[in-house]
Formats: sequence, structure tokens, C-alpha cells
Amino acid sequence: MTLTNLPEPDQEVVARSSTIIKDLEQLVARDAVISDEEGRRAFEADALTAYRQMPLAVVLPQTTEEVSKVLRYCQQNRIKVVPRGAGTSLCGGALPAADAIVVGVSKMNRILGVDYENRAIRVQTGITNLAISEAVGAQGFFYAPDPSSQLACTLAGNIAMNSGGAHCLKYGVTTNNVLGVQIVMMDGEIVELGGPHLDAEGYDLLALVIGSEGQFGIVTEATVRILRKAEMARPILLGFDNCEAAGLCVAAIIGSGIMPVAIEFMDKPAIEVSEAFAKAGYPRDVEALLIVEVEGSEDEISRLLSYIVEIVMPFDPKAVEPSTSPEQSERIWKGRKSAFGAFGRISDYYCMDGTIPLARLAEVLPKISQICANKGLKVANVFHAGDGNLHPLILYDANNEDEAQRAELAGAEILKLCVAVGGCLSGEHGIGIEKRDLMGVQFSEADLNVQMRIRSVFDPDWLLNPGKVFPLEMSEKAGAAGSRLRRFPFERIA
Amino acid sequence: MISGCAERGLPIEVVGSGSKRAIGRPMESAVTLTTTSLRGIALYEPSELVMSAGAGTPLSAVEVELAGRGQMLAFEPIDLGPASGGPQGAQTIGAVFATNLSGARRIQSGAARDHLLGIKGVNGRAELFQVGGRVMKNVAGYDVSRGLTGSWGTLAVLTQVTFKVLPWPEASVTIVFLGLPDDIAIELLCLAMGQPFEVSGAVHLQAAVAERLDHPGLKSRGKSVTALRLENFANSVATRKQRLKEGLRVYGNALELDNRESIEFWSELRRLSVMPYGPSLLWRISTKPTTAPKLVAGVKRYMPVKAFYDWSGGLIWLEVPATDDAGTAEIRRVVAIHGGHATLIRAEPAVRASVEVFQPLGPAVERLTRGLKEAFDPAGILNPGRMYANI
Repeated sequence: MTLTNLPEPDQEVVARSSTIIKDLEQLVARDAVISDEEGRRAFEADALTAYRQMPLAVVLPQTTEEVSKVLRYCQQNRIKVVPRGAGTSLCGGALPAADAIVVGVSKMNRILGVDYENRAIRVQTGITNLAISEAVGAQGFFYAPDPSSQLACTLAGNIAMNSGGAHCLKYGVTTNNVLGVQIVMMDGEIVELGGPHLDAEGYDLLALVIGSEGQFGIVTEATVRILRKAEMARPILLGFDNCEAAGLCVAAIIGSGIMPVAIEFMDKPAIEVSEAFAKAGYPRDVEALLIVEVEGSEDEISRLLSYIVEIVMPFDPKAVEPSTSPEQSERIWKGRKSAFGAFGRISDYYCMDGTIPLARLAEVLPKISQICANKGLKVANVFHAGDGNLHPLILYDANNEDEAQRAELAGAEILKLCVAVGGCLSGEHGIGIEKRDLMGVQFSEADLNVQMRIRSVFDPDWLLNPGKVFPLEMSEKAGAAGSRLRRFPFERIA
Repeated sequence: MISGCAERGLPIEVVGSGSKRAIGRPMESAVTLTTTSLRGIALYEPSELVMSAGAGTPLSAVEVELAGRGQMLAFEPIDLGPASGGPQGAQTIGAVFATNLSGARRIQSGAARDHLLGIKGVNGRAELFQVGGRVMKNVAGYDVSRGLTGSWGTLAVLTQVTFKVLPWPEASVTIVFLGLPDDIAIELLCLAMGQPFEVSGAVHLQAAVAERLDHPGLKSRGKSVTALRLENFANSVATRKQRLKEGLRVYGNALELDNRESIEFWSELRRLSVMPYGPSLLWRISTKPTTAPKLVAGVKRYMPVKAFYDWSGGLIWLEVPATDDAGTAEIRRVVAIHGGHATLIRAEPAVRASVEVFQPLGPAVERLTRGLKEAFDPAGILNPGRMYANI
């Protein structure tokens, strides 16, 4: 996969490498700078592994002040910075560049204070997503957003991408669960936005920062909401002999007033691969399968599951299996949770992330299959149906350059289809480099200008996470305009 | 019209129905732009829980349409009209998002900003733009629509808003404790919020505020009112209510408001009718719940206060006597000690012209705020000075 052009490195900066590394070593603890080839190699890609680039150097600061010093130095010396959490981005959001240094927050992973009364926790953002929930779990609390990489991914990365997860149908995504952040701006200034209270004053700068893909600054601390866990949760497994019925059923459940914590969808190819690996006992004679999970007390769950059975009956389900025990719940989830891993065993796959209006599901799924078939590829669908967030997995052979390119082209067509039916390019992974050049499909030039001007407010020289989110040509033009503005402050960006 | 004004640098007052006109710093503008002709529901998909409406659509029309399908705006937007001397029930859906006003259910379901999915609008450069969309999950591009909530028309004129809606809960019940002092009441509310019962309203009204309630059983007691709301399927509500009451028994015997009474009680709070229009001043203070009683006690050292705590204490509606400076110096000093921010909601125009109505910004945040204003509205023509001088 090499269809996306990466920005040409600035050779003048590359030539200054050894000076830059020496300077950085003066600014932070010596072992916080990684400059040897082997060390840098570990940072050359994120989870979009088809794209790799060695960074000029990697800095892993231990304090906000160190982050501040590094950014100020980079701003003064016109060096680009690629912020990094754990490098689990599926869209190339943390892909380095040869003329940029990577600033990773992974060493800043402490919990700074838990406040159960006010239901909030203050952490350094290098903490993993799951570690937040683990820290408050014994008291019966949890942090709601749960991306499937939650064991590894950092809160910093979640904030950059406004990450979601299976349970955000009920609890919202990152932006709905962050109360305040400490952000280091590119000029080194440390700024507090929001706080432990619910609404921030003035403009909603927090909303702009969350989901800004590391282009507005580096968030080093955050106050996030923690919620009391439900007493228990249990799923029901539903099978249908056509995808349309499954889609209608999702809409009926959501419209009924039940608020499931998750509604997951798997199509036949996904069921087959998952069954071969996980042997969760899923029905094999169905075209689509839903896992709907509800929460509450034992009694409430039993009633909700019976109610769901009532709702789905008119849609003629071929399998109805409400869980009655923790063991059964675990088995029902096992197939879904191991689906991506199961695919990884049989093939390379390219995981897409478009969102569509739910009502278009029945029409979109066959079209996705058709798009892939036209490129000679197979596709399976495993996704969060409750909010229409599709994750088609396009199967291909990474060693076959032609096939890899066809997979990338099919992916782009699928995303265009999502936009055409009223959806969007990305539900939870972000744009990164992967979908950068498709932004024009969803947005007009005026729309993109509005966004790019906001970027210039936070990072006037466009040094943070370069070459991402916007089509490369537009980025480069705006970045150059930003630098010009610095030199000639009376000139306005068009 | 905007491009014409931008060329001439003519300030434009941007309003929906104008029901919140008396809030913010007074503005002088030659031109008023109302969105009221941009009315109508463009899209409503009950099974997808999504609606798009022209920004000028009256909130009441939106809610009537939703109620017809058993749905609602889960953030329960409050109506500042009556409390600020404007009309009741007149606000537009665009203004609800432009001011990010959320009611009691905010603690459970999120704020107005959390329900906004996308907008169409016109910035001060007269450019039409759209951001976000109509789907529940969307991280394509920066979250500009949410970023425009709470900007009070100073960055762009919203023309269409798309938002998430939710089904009405089957049943609502409220349990009420009488006569608790502020600090004990907030302790109770925080305790209740930490239980797995999904409390969807947690308020405390001081006795002087509670006596303004319509509910005959609550207004005449001469006691403070501390109330918790549970909403869900009827069976769940019944069980949860019992368990919640058991857990809170040390705070005294609780009264119960049944479904109808409960709905009436919370809709009264939503209209803010316990803080009626009058010569006194009204502040809105956002803080950490547990510090709220201390904050109110701190202000009380300087002036008489009447407090209505919402959001488990995280939001304080504070009534204080009218003075020339609205008690600004003292209130801001106390807020600075305890953390949070304060906005002057009701005061005479002369007072609003002479004091900071919105919380003064720190230097870095002010610089970003000015930068955003410049990015959206370089000529400074949209609601100039409504929030901050020269912004």
C-alpha cells in the first residue's frame, strides 16, 4: 500500500540532524532521546503498517515541562513534530517523517488524583485506556470509551482521535467523557482547558482539541469522567438469514427506548472465519448475526432481554440466544472479540472505518461486497451497528503489491460510498494519512478552509503532525502561508 | 448581507427569536440578523434517533415533533427567557446549541454540545460551510460543530443544526428530601450519583428558592428541597427507587413524586421559574460539585444569596441583590478560590456594560479565543462584544 504520497522531507532539517539531537539531549534527560537506528526503528510506523518512515529522532519526555522545552525548541528551529501515544493508530496518525522528531508521551503514565465524589480522575495522558478503568474498578467505577486497542492505546491517542469503542452507543466517545486537559502548545506554552467542572467557560476549545489528531498541541494531562459500573451486563445473540432484517432489527431496538450498551454486527464471512478459530458456537446457517448487550440488575437484564426477544420476533430471526450465565456471555462475546485476530491468522486485512445512516445498511453491505469483488478481493464485516460505524475488513496479501493497491482502492471506494449515502469517512479511527486525500469527497473547499484556519490558530507554522488530515497540496500551501504570516505579520491567510 | 456588512465593517446582532437578548454584554449594532425564517424540520429519522432543523425553528416545534414519536432532546435545554425578562418558550433550536444550554439531565445524558452532530452555517467572511454530519460517530475532520457551541453567535451564524434525540423514558419518579443544609444535601447528591441507578436529575433548592415552586406539597414547607430523579422502564424505576432510598436512609425519610408530579417538577426547573425575573441579579456558576456549598457560603459572607444547585452541585444558579457592580469582584474572587467560572445572566444593561459578564479568560485562552474570532470573523462583525470586549 503506497498510494498516498508522503511529504518530501526538508533536506535542510535532515542535514542538521546531529546538531538537533545534541540540542535535544540538553533539554531533556539523556535517555529520553532516541537517536540510534535500531531505537528509531521501533517508531517507524503505527498500526497502519503499510506505511513506514524513520523519524529524525524520538523524544520520550517524563514531564510536561520537558514537552514544553522540546516543542519550544522545535518551533524556534522550524522542526516538525509528530506526537505519539502508543502508536496504535489505524490511519497513520502517528506515522513519522524523516525531517520530524517523534514526541511520545508513553513515559508519562501516572494517575494524579482520583475523586470518586465528583466522579473524575486526573491522569497523565501516556496512561493506557484500560489502566484508567483498572485504577477505579475496585471502587465500582470505570472510564467509558473502550477502543478495541484499549490494552495498549494511550489516553493521549484517544484524545487526538476522539476514539470510540463498542460501548460508546450508550456512554459516548472520548469528547463526551473528557472534562479538562493540559495542553502544550507548539510555542511551549502550557495551557489548561476546562477543568473538573462540567462546562468550560468561553468557546469550547476542548471540543476543538479533542479529535484534532495531534495538530493543535500535545496533551500531557487530562481530567476525565469516571462512571459507576452497572451491576452486571449480559448479551443476546441473534441470527438472521438476511442483512436487511438484521439492520431493521437494530433500528427497532434503538427506537424502542432500550439503551443497549453495545450492538455488534457480523456478516456471514466474518462468522465463518471467527467460528473456525474461536468456536463460539455461532449459528452457521445465517447471513448476519447481532450481539446486543444490556446492563442493569439481574431482574432488569432478564426483563430487557425478554423485551428484545419480543421486538425482534417480527423480523423472523433464525437464532435467538439470550445469555443466562456469565459463561454463556463470555462465549457469545468470544467470537466477536477474536474476529480480528481470526482474520489475522488467515490473511492480511485492511480495516475500514466509515459510518453510515443505519437505514442504508441493507443497501450498503451488498455494495461493499460488490466493490471488493470488482477488485478481486473478499471482504467481511464486523462492526458497531448501533451507531452505523462500519468496519469492513478487506482481505489481501501484503506481499502482493498489486493486491495491496487494489485493497487500498477498494477501501477508498467504500468510504466514498459511505459519504454518498449520508455518512462520513471515519467513525472512530481518524483521518491521518490514510483518508487525507478523500477529505474533498466529504467537504467543500470552504469547509476545509474553515478547519485549516482553526489549525493555524493553534499551530501557525503547521509544524505539528505534518502531512495529515488535509489533502497534501492544501496542507503544504497553508503551512507555507503560516510561515509567511510569521515573517510578515500583516499579511492575512487567504 | 454578511458580505456587505463585512466590507463596511458594520456590526450585526445575530439572534434567533431574541429570547436571550438581555444576556451578555449589551451591543450596539445597526443591523439585526434573525434566523427565524430558517425554520422547518429538514430530516427526522426516529429509528436512527436523528433530526436536522433550520436554526430558526422554534424549540417548541422541535419538541412537539419529537414527542409525537415518543422522543425528546435528552439534554433538556433550559429556557432562560423568563428569568432574563424575555418570553417563555420562544427560543430557537439554533440558539440552544449556540449557547450550549443544558438542563438537569445533563449529568446523566450530556450537554447540548454532546448531542450536536453537525451544522451548516455562515461565517463572518460570508462563506457557507458545513461540518460534522448526521451520523452518530464522526471523526472526519476537526470537531468544529461542537467547537461552535457556546460561542453565542460571535463566530458564525448557524443556519441548520443536526442533532441526536432519544426516546422518552417510560417512567419518571423523583425522591425528595426536605430540610437538608447545603453541604449535607450536596453530599447526598454526590453519593446518589455514584450508585449504579442512573440518576438523571440531582438538585438542591435552598428554602427561599423552594418556596417559589408550584408544587403545593413542596412550596409550603418552608424547607429546602433536595431531589433525585430516576427515569427508565417502570419496573426498573420502581426497584431502583427502593434501593436508592434504602442507601440514603441516613438522610431522613424521602417523599416521592409520582410520574406526573415528577415530570411537572422537572419542567418547572427547566423554565427556571424558581429564579423569576425581578430586580435582583442572577449568576450562573459552574464548579466541582463538592466545592459548591463552600463557594456559595463564601459569596454569602459578602452579600445575601439564594441558591439553586443543579447537576449534583456542579451548576449553581445564584440570586443576589442588585448593585452597580453586580458583586462581580467578590463573586469572581470566591470562584477563583474554589475553581470554576461564573456568568452574569441577569442585570440591567448599564451593569452588563460595565462589568465582565462572562468569566474573564486567562492570557493563553484569550489569545486562542481571539485567534478563532479572527479566523471566523476577521472584520469582527458578528455579535461583536457580546461575550468579551473586542471579540
